[in-house]
Amino acid sequence: MINMINLTINNIPVSVEEGTTIIEAARRLSIRIPSLCNHDDLCVSGNCRVCVVEQVGNPTLQAACATPVRENMQILTNSMMVMQARKTIIELLLSEHNADCTKCYKNGNCELQDLSNEYRIGNQVYIDLIPLKHYTIDQSSPSLIKDDSKCIRCQRCVRTCSDLQAVSALSAAYKGSEMKISSFYDRPMHEVICTNCGQCINRCPTGALTERNYIDEVWDAIYDPGKHVVVQTAPAVRVALGEELGYDPGARVTGKLVTALRRLGFDSVLDTDFTADLTIMEEGTELLTRLKKVLVDKDTSMALPMFTSCSPGWIKFIEHTFPDLLPHLSTCKSPQQMFGALAKTYYAQKKGINPKDIVSVSIMPCTAKKFEATRPEMRDSGYQDVDYVLTTRELAIMIKQAGIEFMKLDDEDYDRFMGESSGAGVIFGATGGVMEAALRTAYEIVTGREVPFQNLNITPVRGMEGIKEAEVKIENVKPDWSFLEGVTLRVAIAHGLANAKRLMTAIRDGKVVYHFIEIMACPGGCLGGGGQPIPTNLEIRKKRAEAIYAEDENLPIRKSHENPEIIQIYQEFLGEPLSHTSHELLHTHYVPRKRY
Amino acid sequence: MTGKKQNDMETKKLTRVDYIFRPDNTCLDTLKKSLRRDRDEIILELIDSGLKGRGGAGFLTGLKWKLAKEAAGDVKYVICNADEGEPGTFKDREILDRVPRRVFTGMALCGYVIGSKEGFLYLRAEYKFLAPKLMSIMAEMNQEFKKLGLDFTLNIRYGSGAYVCGEETALIDSMEGRRGEPRNKPPFPVTEGYLNKPTVVNNVETFVNCTIIMGIGAEEYKRFGTDSSRGFKLFSVSGDCSKEGIYELELGMLLSDFVEEFGDGDTKAVQVGGASGFCVPRKKFNQTIIGFEGIPTGGSMKIFNSSRSMYHVLHNYLEFFEEESCGQCTPCRVGCQQLLKGIEAVKSKQRSSSYLDELVKLAKVMKVASKCGLGQSVGNAFVSIVDNFREEIIY
Ligand SMILES: Cc1cc2nc3c(=O)[nH]c(=O)nc-3n(C[C@H](O)[C@H](O)[C@H](O)COP(=O)(O)O)c2cc1C
Ligand code: SF4
Ligand code: SF4
Ligand code: SF4
Ligand code: SF4
Ligand code: FES
Repeated sequence: MINMINLTINNIPVSVEEGTTIIEAARRLSIRIPSLCNHDDLCVSGNCRVCVVEQVGNPTLQAACATPVRENMQILTNSMMVMQARKTIIELLLSEHNADCTKCYKNGNCELQDLSNEYRIGNQVYIDLIPLKHYTIDQSSPSLIKDDSKCIRCQRCVRTCSDLQAVSALSAAYKGSEMKISSFYDRPMHEVICTNCGQCINRCPTGALTERNYIDEVWDAIYDPGKHVVVQTAPAVRVALGEELGYDPGARVTGKLVTALRRLGFDSVLDTDFTADLTIMEEGTELLTRLKKVLVDKDTSMALPMFTSCSPGWIKFIEHTFPDLLPHLSTCKSPQQMFGALAKTYYAQKKGINPKDIVSVSIMPCTAKKFEATRPEMRDSGYQDVDYVLTTRELAIMIKQAGIEFMKLDDEDYDRFMGESSGAGVIFGATGGVMEAALRTAYEIVTGREVPFQNLNITPVRGMEGIKEAEVKIENVKPDWSFLEGVTLRVAIAHGLANAKRLMTAIRDGKVVYHFIEIMACPGGCLGGGGQPIPTNLEIRKKRAEAIYAEDENLPIRKSHENPEIIQIYQEFLGEPLSHTSHELLHTHYVPRKRY
Repeated sequence: MTGKKQNDMETKKLTRVDYIFRPDNTCLDTLKKSLRRDRDEIILELIDSGLKGRGGAGFLTGLKWKLAKEAAGDVKYVICNADEGEPGTFKDREILDRVPRRVFTGMALCGYVIGSKEGFLYLRAEYKFLAPKLMSIMAEMNQEFKKLGLDFTLNIRYGSGAYVCGEETALIDSMEGRRGEPRNKPPFPVTEGYLNKPTVVNNVETFVNCTIIMGIGAEEYKRFGTDSSRGFKLFSVSGDCSKEGIYELELGMLLSDFVEEFGDGDTKAVQVGGASGFCVPRKKFNQTIIGFEGIPTGGSMKIFNSSRSMYHVLHNYLEFFEEESCGQCTPCRVGCQQLLKGIEAVKSKQRSSSYLDELVKLAKVMKVASKCGLGQSVGNAFVSIVDNFREEIIY
């Protein structure tokens, strides 16, 4: 039985479950207590102190985010003592903060700015400490920028990186006035184990951690008459972009996204979903080949389970943390990079454009894809396959810069070819989506029948559980696949690198046995990616996931192998999955990396 | 706190006592005797003795043990806090050097009472030179515990060199291999301490007092001190004094008696309780009781004569805090910098003297809004020095 606790907040009685914090209890009474270090996705820290409240009878104030309610507590959230303390704390934060808001990338979406605005912090009372500080800006990473002069030391990034991602690339270092957020031995971010996942950016309340943006470079390409600029949009972008442009979480804005990209001046508006479908063809075939080699040929050099490879944050993580497990990774490139390699080969040939004149831009929910695009392996077209990666957030900025009234746009359709997609390609954006798409295709290849789930919805692999598993029994197979008759395919899915680490450790220790595993670096999958609109929390991510599955249900084609453009590209260009051309353009290899 | 009229309060004459440093070879008998007693009876006796923690916060020791005993869980820990980082304090070092058995006996008693099988001495990094000797005594005592049928083992852990790691939750963090940062309380260590298990953290001198009380009994112990401050304690006397050193004195004396005994005849002020304590000016000596009813001290007593600049005294303290704050929470991290830079600006006339009033307000916010005792106590020295020696800060 849950124990109920009775208390009053601002003299209003309320009864809440034991263990509730004051800040949550206040929310039930529609009383908002300001907070900075607190975040729904993270454990409590209680370090910023802006949430302090008065507990009648207690000489010291209490951090509302960190203090559980107790029977008969009397809490005041706006008493004179509280207001004075809160204002002082904001002023203190600002006294060591480089508050040049008008020039700041986070201007307009910054929790510190909002708070100072609410409290109308005017003249600075305290001494400006900035001149005494030796703040540095780390721009070494292709994915993110860390500007210590904007950091309020709330440690949300530290908790994100250690608790959600099990990476711990960032930690609090030094003490007193020197205390700061640091990487291992203060090394530049591109030299440490950072996976570029961007989850810290999503949770940083200020402009201290932001994506490295390539907006100007993309404008330059668009303005260059000699360039043919193609743009691809990842599945998760269409269910989140709206949040930046006036919609509530969960809005599907695919048609408007296409229209806006055309208005921005891209020469061709194409869809990463197309290469998501292609990934399924390649990866599904690779899985079946591996299964055959292990089950029939007893080839012990083949590693099972096979891991998906479409999340570049996950790739860098496994390269650093589990290099011994690299043979388990599918050799398939991510859909972004498959697209990039095809844009400057297949697409260029078909369009009769010299690939050197093509600028390939991708709109991604992800910051790790910025890094991925710069990997030396990603130049199989003879050029850098993807030139610029913009996050959902950067695209929203461009749309605003161009004066496009997004909500009033009509819906338009992607260009052809490499613009057609199936529902299977769309669900890549949610955790479990790659697995579901792969099962829809692989099961049908092997049995000639659709997966035995109502309306193709493989619900056991969906949802926000950190690690999910499912089994599919394969029966009545086609003659070619007789070795799979009666086999129960065991699959698992993890999202968020902390969950990935748990799963990998269990696999390495031989505690679990699977055939196929999907891993996404970000909580919720790409829809919770490090390039998605801020804020994020479980509720928002669930809304985006609902939108993704609705998008899938509404598409006429829901299986990758039925996408007509996929059929066409194999006929015209690739031959068959895992063909020589496929291997050249669509597959890659990995490099073990050190932890330090 | 400072200057509160204490006419109607019980006071004690300055009296030297000698319990803590007596030879510690009788400790084993005390332990043997106690192990035959009921645990709750021991707790009651400790509570009855009125013993409050000697590490600074002054929590009733018997009550702390009671809470840890009642906390759910079969794995519990005892930690002896020997991080002694307060500048000018070295009484715990002296205890560990001269009568370590008295400390370890106290820890074993605690282990027996709360049901803990493992105790740790968290030793300040600078005191590592004591470790070889302490470890061999620990090994001996571990054997003795075994013979007595007490399932309790003593271990040693070293501090990280940060002052804040003396704060009990930061200490636990550091023992768990993390950067020592004070945690939110609640939960308190008695319910979720080391490795999230119920844990008693006591100061070195506190454990010593427990052993003494078990030896002489609460009745005898209660003859010393006052209602709010029972017993005796060690004082580290330093500064402009006639006899620097460590003295064991009965609690509850007036500061004026203390100054008479230890001052150099020209005492202007005494900083009671070190950097985190209060500065008492001469005019308040005869109204100030040293103890929990007046000004408590972890042991540090620093005496200043009229040649001292209180600006420099305050500046030193603030520099110390600006550097030793763990830096996680806003009021303390930034507040310390502002107080330090603030008095410099007033001194150099970059800010008017009225800026001191802003700073006093700030110090009061730090006191109520900081996360741990460090930030909460910076204002003690600041406000008491600025209130009493305002001219010295400005001119
Ligand atoms: C910044 C800071 C430093 C502290 N340093 C010490 C210390 O060095 N030794 C100590 O016993 N207690 C220290 N304390 C107090 C401890 O947190 C804790 O209250 C004490 O160890 C409890 O023991 P007691 O009840 O026996 O006093 C410190 C507290 C703070 C806030
Ligand atoms: S981080 Fe926020 S408060 Fe700071 S400059 Fe940027 S927008 Fe302004
Ligand atoms: S970088 Fe951002 S999230 Fe990290 S401590 Fe600084 S302000 Fe907080
Ligand atoms: S990008 Fe990801 S891995 Fe890198 S510091 Fe941020 S949270 Fe950690
Ligand atoms: S008060 Fe100071 S030492 Fe304590 S938690 Fe805050 S910053 Fe750290
Ligand atoms: S939000 Fe509560 S202390 Fe930061």
